[in-house]
Amino acid sequence: MIALDNVYKTYSTGVSALSGVSLKIRKGEFVFVVGSSGSGKTTLFKLLLKELEPTSGAIYMNNKNLGRLRRRRIPRMRRGIGVVFQDFRLLKDRTVYENIAFAQRVVGKSSRVIKETVPQLLTLVGLADKGASYPKELSGGEQQRVALARALANNPPVLLADEPTGNLDPKNAWEIMKLLEEINLRGTTVIVVTHNKEIVEKMQKRVILMSNGVIVSDESKGGYTYEN
Amino acid sequence: MRISTFFYCLKQGLKNIFRNRTFSLASIGTITACLFLFGVFYCIVVNFQDMVKEMESNIGVTVFFQEDVAEEEILGLKDIIELREEVDSITYISAEEAWADFKERYFKDGDPGILSNLDSDNPLEGAESLSIKLNDSSKQAELVSYLRELAEVREVNASETIAESFTNFSRLLSYISLGIITILVAVAIFLISNTVMIGITVRKEEIAIMKYIGATDIFVRGPFLVEGIIIGLVGSAVPVLILRFLYNRVIEFVLTEFSVLNNLLTFTNVNVIFRILIPVSLGIGLGIGFIGSYGTLRKHIRV
Repeated sequence: MIALDNVYKTYSTGVSALSGVSLKIRKGEFVFVVGSSGSGKTTLFKLLLKELEPTSGAIYMNNKNLGRLRRRRIPRMRRGIGVVFQDFRLLKDRTVYENIAFAQRVVGKSSRVIKETVPQLLTLVGLADKGASYPKELSGGEQQRVALARALANNPPVLLADEPTGNLDPKNAWEIMKLLEEINLRGTTVIVVTHNKEIVEKMQKRVILMSNGVIVSDESKGGYTYEN
Repeated sequence: MRISTFFYCLKQGLKNIFRNRTFSLASIGTITACLFLFGVFYCIVVNFQDMVKEMESNIGVTVFFQEDVAEEEILGLKDIIELREEVDSITYISAEEAWADFKERYFKDGDPGILSNLDSDNPLEGAESLSIKLNDSSKQAELVSYLRELAEVREVNASETIAESFTNFSRLLSYISLGIITILVAVAIFLISNTVMIGITVRKEEIAIMKYIGATDIFVRGPFLVEGIIIGLVGSAVPVLILRFLYNRVIEFVLTEFSVLNNLLTFTNVNVIFRILIPVSLGIGLGIGFIGSYGTLRKHIRV
């Protein structure tokens, strides 16, 4: 379970990014977080990864209070969260296989386990035959699939995606969404921060709309009721 | 730390060095220069100290006594002086021995006949002396003034200045080398931290990804630490090897070119020098590498 309890975040520059955000996301949910730029989505994303500390309020991730988490425990906490970004963030000097294996190597998995799981992950995202390719040889959609496979490599209970379709054409964007849904159906909690109105409308999932650092609506089967 | 993590860090660290060739070489070069100088100074200082010690054991204080002092009294004094801390050894030289020594030294090749006539009437009668060797030449002045106070003593001969200036010179050399080495160590640390900094900048993206995936500090820092340490170790091994190669050749050169010095100078054995120089140099290299990289990492890579 993920929960935010009256979270405020004011940057040292004086900019107030979040002003009293409270929300609960249950295990296995699929949630869109939408809003214009500057609404506080990205701050929320970073708070969940403990990349930032809230000015006040409490954040619970996988039932742990992030405020009480010691610094050296952060890596372990992050292993419970898969992350996907708009710009994929793959290692350009390594093959697809290596990129996915890297995630497992980082957490100290044995080569035997890595050899077993990487092909499974590649099959899951539909890139079984691309293991030896380098990221630059792949299309945007394929690169995002690799990023997804990497995010799932350590079987995290939560998947965070920051504008995962931002750099993709509609067809590829939709395919990534379907993949996220499939991952969700396997039991992973999925949180997608996005701008993509059509996709949000089409998916009919829970939508949390943010504006100026507060949640303005939270609908269980919503569309993108985006107002200025 | 897992074994696989260790090998990962080692491999990535080596990769960093090669990827970052120019700066790695510059860092290695600086450490090499620094430790080469250190090695040269160390060799000189150790040899110097050995020579000073050797000279100190030859330089001594000679004490002559009033004519009415009997041999027993002198031997009694000898026992008292021997108890002093700075005294290494003390020898009694009787008038007969002094005469024999004199003959030996000055009329080695001459006709002993003339002199042997004097044997029964020793011209050095009353010149019995105590020859004192010190274990610390800096205490010589103190000993001399003590001896001069004694009523039985007629004269004290000592060669203070040589011993003192030798000790002073050796000390000066140590200070100068210490100063130069300190500066070079600082430069080396700065360069290594720069090299590591460049590595961090180049791999910024990768580091960010690693942190998102949940890599521990050790895992992220390890490769850079390895990089720094390897640079440090290579930078210290090179000068030690060069010095080891040069040491005996330089001594040989000095001895053949300046053969006059043959009897004056005794050089320290190569093994004695390198038994200390090798571990100390490697230790300094390791330290420079570790401090240089770790400091930068602490500043720039935090989860």
